[in-house]
This record gives sequence, C-alpha cells and structure tokens, in this order.
Amino acid sequence: MKTASPFHELEDSARVRVEFDGRPLDLPQGANLAAALLAAGVTVFRQTPVSGAPRGPFCMMGACFDCLVEVDGVVRQACMLEVTEGMRIAAPHQRRDSDETQ
Amino acid sequence: MEADYAIVGGGVVGLSVAWGLLKRGKRVVVLDGDDGAFRASRGNFGLVWVQSKGMKQPRYARWSQQSAAIWADFAQELSEATGRSLHLQQQGGFDFHFSEETLEETVAQYELLKAKLDGDYPFEVLGHNALRKEEPQIGPKVVGAILHHQDGHTNPLKLLTALADDVRRMGGTVLTGKTVTEITKPDGFRVRCVDGTTVDAAKCILSAGLGAAALGPQLGLRAPVRPQRGQVLITEKLPKGLIRRPSLIARQVDEGGIQIGATNEEVGYDDGVTQPGLSRLAAEAIATYPVLARAQLVRSWGALRVLSPDGLPIYQESHEMPGAFLVTCHSGITLAAAHARLLPEWLERTPAAPDLEVFSEDRFAVS
Amino acid sequence: MKRSDLIVIGAGPAGMAAAAKAAETGLAVTLLDEQPRPGGQIYRDVDRAAAKRGRILGADYTHGATLTQSLNHPAIAQISGAVVWEIEEGFRVSYTKDGCAAQVAGDRIILATGALERPMPVPGWTLPGVMTAGAAQILLKQSGMVARRAALVGSGPLLYLIAAQMIRAGTPPLALVETQTRGDLLGAMPHLPGALRGWPYLAKGMKLLREIIRARVPRHTGASAIAVEGGTHAEAVRFRAGGRSHRIACDTVLLHHGVVPNTQAARSIGVAHRWNEAQRCFAPILDTWGATDVAGVLIAGDGAGIGGAKAAEIAGRIAALKVAEEHGKLTQGERDAQARPLLAARARELAVRPFLDTAYPPLSEAMTPADATIVCRCEEVTAGDIRGYAKLGCLGPNQAKAFGRPGMGPCQGRYCGLTVTALLAEAHGTSPDATGYYRIRPPLKPVTLGELAAMENPAQRATEQE
Repeated sequence: MKTASPFHELEDSARVRVEFDGRPLDLPQGANLAAALLAAGVTVFRQTPVSGAPRGPFCMMGACFDCLVEVDGVVRQACMLEVTEGMRIAAPHQRRDSDETQ
Repeated sequence: MEADYAIVGGGVVGLSVAWGLLKRGKRVVVLDGDDGAFRASRGNFGLVWVQSKGMKQPRYARWSQQSAAIWADFAQELSEATGRSLHLQQQGGFDFHFSEETLEETVAQYELLKAKLDGDYPFEVLGHNALRKEEPQIGPKVVGAILHHQDGHTNPLKLLTALADDVRRMGGTVLTGKTVTEITKPDGFRVRCVDGTTVDAAKCILSAGLGAAALGPQLGLRAPVRPQRGQVLITEKLPKGLIRRPSLIARQVDEGGIQIGATNEEVGYDDGVTQPGLSRLAAEAIATYPVLARAQLVRSWGALRVLSPDGLPIYQESHEMPGAFLVTCHSGITLAAAHARLLPEWLERTPAAPDLEVFSEDRFAVS
Repeated sequence: MKRSDLIVIGAGPAGMAAAAKAAETGLAVTLLDEQPRPGGQIYRDVDRAAAKRGRILGADYTHGATLTQSLNHPAIAQISGAVVWEIEEGFRVSYTKDGCAAQVAGDRIILATGALERPMPVPGWTLPGVMTAGAAQILLKQSGMVARRAALVGSGPLLYLIAAQMIRAGTPPLALVETQTRGDLLGAMPHLPGALRGWPYLAKGMKLLREIIRARVPRHTGASAIAVEGGTHAEAVRFRAGGRSHRIACDTVLLHHGVVPNTQAARSIGVAHRWNEAQRCFAPILDTWGATDVAGVLIAGDGAGIGGAKAAEIAGRIAALKVAEEHGKLTQGERDAQARPLLAARARELAVRPFLDTAYPPLSEAMTPADATIVCRCEEVTAGDIRGYAKLGCLGPNQAKAFGRPGMGPCQGRYCGLTVTALLAEAHGTSPDATGYYRIRPPLKPVTLGELAAMENPAQRATEQE
C-alpha cells in the first residue's frame, strides 16, 4: 500500500531503481530498506499469515519481525537490509506457484 | 478414597487414558509436572502413523492400525466437546527413498508384514514420476516412495490442549506443577508430591514418560524406559498445500510451517539442539523438497523419546501391587485413540479388553 | 573455522568497549554484530550520521564515534552484518552473513546484546504506524527521517529526548502523552538524594523538558486507557488524562515505557536469570565482572540490566579485564588496579536508576492487558487467550506456548515473553521467578534451510542454488 509518506526526510540522496510488488520504485542507494519503503509511502508491508492483519515496521532493530518482506525469493526483515539496485521486493509468499518454476 | 484412579503423568498418554476412564464414569485425578519438565507431548512430530511399525511384532502393527482406524471418530468427539479442531488428516503418508535398493528392501519387508496381517496393510509403491503427480515439489533425488493409506497426521499440541480441556470439563481433576516422590499402597494407593500434596485412589496408573523409570520400582514395576533425543525443525509459515502428505522427513502443519524431523540420538537427558543436527535434517528435507532451501527455519527443539528396550509400548499391571499399571510408549499421538477408547477396557478388565499380553514388561525379564 | 581468545557479540557501547579493551591487553578478539556498521542501537550508524545530524542528535550520541574508532585495532576482527543464530559449547558461534551461514570459535564470550523496548501491548499496537520510540530514534539516526504527525506515548526520559530531537529537526510531535503520575514522582523522591550523584542526567532531563515546553508541545501526564485507532494504519490515539477522554489524530504513534534486557542469547545457552523487581524485568545473575553461571560467558551492558550507554561502555571494559586476567594477559593485581576507577564510575552512572525506575514506571494496564489485547504479535494471541490457558493448568509460559502458540513466531517471544509471564503469574498468584520464562532455543534468529544444509555438505550449496 502506497500513500503519501508519514515521514519527513531531512536529506536527499542518490536513488536506484528497485521493484516492489512488481512496480518500479526509486529508493536511496544503501539506505535501510524498511526506512526507505516508509519514506516512499509504503506503510503496510504485509498481511499476517494468521489473520491477514496489516503490518509494517515496528521496532526497526531486527527484533519484532513485523517488517518481513520477500527479497529475491527469501523472506527477510526489511529493517536489516540495505537498498541495492535491482532488488526485487514483495510481500511474503504472494507468488504461490512461482516456486515450481524457479 | 477420592478417586478411582490416580494418574501420574499429564501428557497425551496420561490424559488420553484419563479421558477414556472419565467417559466410563470413573473418577480420576491426574498429577502433572511443572513447566520445565521433559515433555514428549510438547516435542513430538504429530504423526498418526502405521507404516514401518511392528516390523518384528505384528501385534504392534495391528495395535497401531486399530488406533489409527478409530482416530477420526475420537478426534471428532473431542473436537465437538471442546470446540478445538485437531486438524487430523488421514489421507496416507509417504516413506521416501533415495535409492532403489532401500525401496525394494522396505517393500519386501512390508509384504512379509502384510501377509502376517492377513493382507490388511494397504500400501502402494510410487516411482519418481508417479510420486511427482502426488507431491509436485518432490526433488530429483527421490527415486520413489511407499504410500501407506493408513497413515496421517494431526496437530499434537491441539490434541494435548483439547484433552486438558475436556478432562476438566468432564469433571476430572488435574493437578499441575506436581512432582511425585512416593507412591505407597497402605489400603488403596497413596501418591505423595514434593509439595506435600497427597492423592488417594483405588488404582494408580504410571504414565509419567521418562519419570516412570524412577517411580516404577516403588510399584513393583521395572519400567525400563530410556530417553532418545529427536531434534525437530519448523519453518516459517508457507502457503498451504506445499507438502500434501506427511512423511517421517517432513509435514506441513495446519498453521503452514513445515515441520522437519527427526534425529535419533542416544545422548541421555540432554534435550538440546545442535548445529550438526539442524544441518543434517535441513539437508535431508531439501533433498526431498528442494523448494525448502529458501524457507526460513523459525524454531527448533530437542525432545526426548520415551523408549523401551525394543521400542514397543509397555502395558503392565504390577504383579506385586495389583491395581498399579504402567502405561508407556513413544507413539502417544498415534496411540491416543487406542489409549482413550480401548485401554480403559483393559484397565477395567471388561470382556472387550484388548489382548495386550505381548506388551507386558515381562518380555524384558532376564531369563 | 576462525578461533579467537574472545568472541564479543554485539557492537553497541558495551561490546565495542569490551573488544577495544580486550585487544589492548593483547587478546585476539572477534566482534560480531548484526548491523552493517558498529554502534548498536544507541549509537546507530554514528560514523555516517554524526556529521550530518550531530546537531539534532546531540553530543551524547556523537560520543559513540570515539568507540567505533577504537575498533581500529589489529587484534580485533570485526564481522558486521552477522546475525548470530546459535551459540554452542566450546564456544562455537553460528551466524549468517550475506545469505551464508558461517562459524567462529572462541575460548570466551562476552554477550553485549543490549536492550529491547519493553513490550507495550495496548489495543491497536499491532497497526502499521505504531512503532516503538526506539524505532523513531533509529529512523532519525540512520535514515534522517522524522514522523510528520506523531504522538509520543508512555513514560521515561527517552520520550523527552526524542521529542527534543524532533523539535530540533523542525517537526515537533503532536503531543507527549505520559503515563506516569504525580504519585510516581512523589514515590521516587526518596531516591532523589542518590540520584543526585548522577546529577548530569537530571540536569539533561530538565533541559530537554524546557525544550519541549518552549516548543509548546501539548503534554499530558497520568494518561491511561490508551488505545490506537485505525483500519489498516494508525489514525489516532485515544486515552484518558486529567479526568477526561482525549483523542489525538495522528499517523504515527510512538510507544515507550522503558527498555528491558535482551536475554535471548544468554538464555539459549542456559545462563540463569532472576526477576529484578525494581526494573520489572528478568536479568542474568552476574558477579561484579559480569561473569555468568556458565563458565566462560560474561555479559556486559544493558543485556545485564538497564544502566544506559555510559554504564554499558564501562561494564564492557570491566568484563574485558576479567577475560584478560583469566587468559594470563593481566595479573589479578593489574586487573584490579585497572578495574577500580571503572567500578566507581559505573556506580556513579547507575546512581540515577532507582529514581528513574520509580518516577517512570511501566504502564500497569500494558503489563497485564485487557483480554482482547494481542500480546503475541507474531501468532496474534490475546491476553484473554493466555488467561484461558492458565485455567487449563498452564503454570508457566512453556506450557502456554504449547497450548496456544505465544512465542512460537519468528520473534521468539521477544515482544510477548514478559507479558505472558506476567499474565500467568497474575492468574496463579505466583512470582515471575516461579512462573518462569520461555525456554529459548536456536535459531535465535531465523536462518534458511539452505544455509543450514550448506554447513552439512558445502558441495550441496552449489547444486541447490542452480
């Protein structure tokens, strides 16, 4: 989900193109991925597998596992990753059948 | 006398028996351990399993089959009473093979057992391509599998919870946080706990898992059980249906995680997890289902199996102290239905009592 | 496998100071940290951020650069971006870096795993837009981001610091909703004389409060009945204060009512812990040096009990001296001579704690929440569920975990453990110590099966990735 960002960025930096949920997104290179997505207006990162409730970053320090995203096929904590060019980011386990073809 | 039965051990085995006795109108008191006790009921793999059991003792294969056959009915009754689904699936289970030789050997053994069971041993052998149709994620290293139609799996923790719930609901008394130190038979049985609690009952069932080894001799029971460690892994929740049928290697639990097991380690009372153990199990799971390479391991644990010298259950009434029974096995989930529905007949010596002679601990007597 | 005299886990103030001091005495040190750059949470990314945002973040933050610089020592092998997931005897530490599992070995371990925000389960705390106050600080330090419309909710000096930093960044919070009461402050007064030994902290706190007042940030105290509203995102926070109900519309709700030791790694190797009633948390049982009951394992910093960054730094040095002495790099006399001023300095740093712990207690309605409130974020288990498991005979969190899955998710109970213990203790009328805590098992953080399997057979890796 992308809306106007609830965060104000103090500085600007060079951006690279990544893919988020199949759409292109330009994020600051080397930035914390969770922070960069929040700054880009992505506030809901995933739905929980238990109830489908929306979740986004909570602790930003790798402890809560609420900011999980799938990056290049592996589910990881966005707050523990840095933005790199060409990153393919999606909500966890959205592409149910892709596993067979990879 | 406050109870007909004092049941020492409130795991799946003890609670299954308690549940069955309550259904027959018996008054039961279950004494359960503390939060940190060794508990096979919390660490087991959750299979309701028939194949490969009783290869040397057809009566054990038959006993497992009897339990599997009445499991669905038992689960339904328990679920309806408590509103807790046990997520029982009995659509068959796989024994995977990575070489033609082991597959053929196993099939030959199954055929022998099948003959001893009057042909009641419904399995089929699937080559790689046939298997792939049933289990699309299977890897190229799996040459084939035995699909046994009496196998299945359940959520063992929901079984434990439902039993804990229903035993109380039916009026059973469950005392938790109890460490039993002494069992005597002044008149009926008197069970004493470390905290001073005593329970008096006409009969006493020892279903304390590994704890039975220490308590058994007080009741004239040998209770020759030992721990064997099994390490188990579970992944993050993955889309349902990734794995369709369970096996000894992996199963997909109802919440979505892939459960992977298990090691067989003779390490005494150490229930820890080791990196080599985790790595070996992970490698085997990936060899079976390559897609799992990218799955995140979220939890792992070591649990201690409760094993008799031959691995089979022990059902024994004490010769020295009639009315005291040892009930122990390492397949408390598979046998839960039998323990709930059939074992009370044996305890109560009804005409419907199953013949459990081969499971007597007398079989371990030094001759 | 690389082997060192000492493995330090965590590159915050305690870990950095421990590594530097140990290296100085001649020990070979491996320093593992899960962030890409050292600093821990308190000095997060200080090497990059100090120059850009030092004015906003303040001198206490930029002090961290002296510690990161001290790591430039030939005897320190720094492994950054290393997520530790298992510690085994010997010691063998397994970690993941760049998608690959690896191991290091060492004779001794100093755990410097720091603190976590105390879980603050209030209705709506799982909504996107609700974050910990610590998360807001991390966003500011590392990414230069400030929430545009935020309410700060809870208690403790960290809220004042964040509010002041937001004001300096030109984006003041919409409100400061504090849960401590006047009674809490009065109750803390007996600790004031002791706290005056740590007077710079009190002076700093007063200065922050003045910044907040000058910026006219609305401030409520004694707030209760806190709840976050929203559909798919936080839209407002509701509470009662001053005898009436309030609703503040906002996009971001920052929760904080103290921090607690992160005990996961220590518990996973069986270190004994004990309830600390003053700090309302479990902490490892340690001697003066930080040594645990597990031979060869020491703990320094907030993971040993909350003392703050300066106390952590000092504790790191103290623990390193002990290891150096045990390794024969220092005599006992040398060790004690070096430790004496450090022990005195640590006592001064800790002097303010009893006052702060009493004046800013955790919010009681979030310690044992109402039935409908989610306590386990991962498995979405509510407080009412836990109370139900207590009725089914669950005396401790491990049986409750088996019955209802709290603590089974990827966070491994980090954000529900204390709450589940508190709920069960309340239900049974037992102490937290008697109730116990989750048994923490590896992996401390998730690791892919592929990484694990590659450790079994390195050749496997190549084929699996084809």
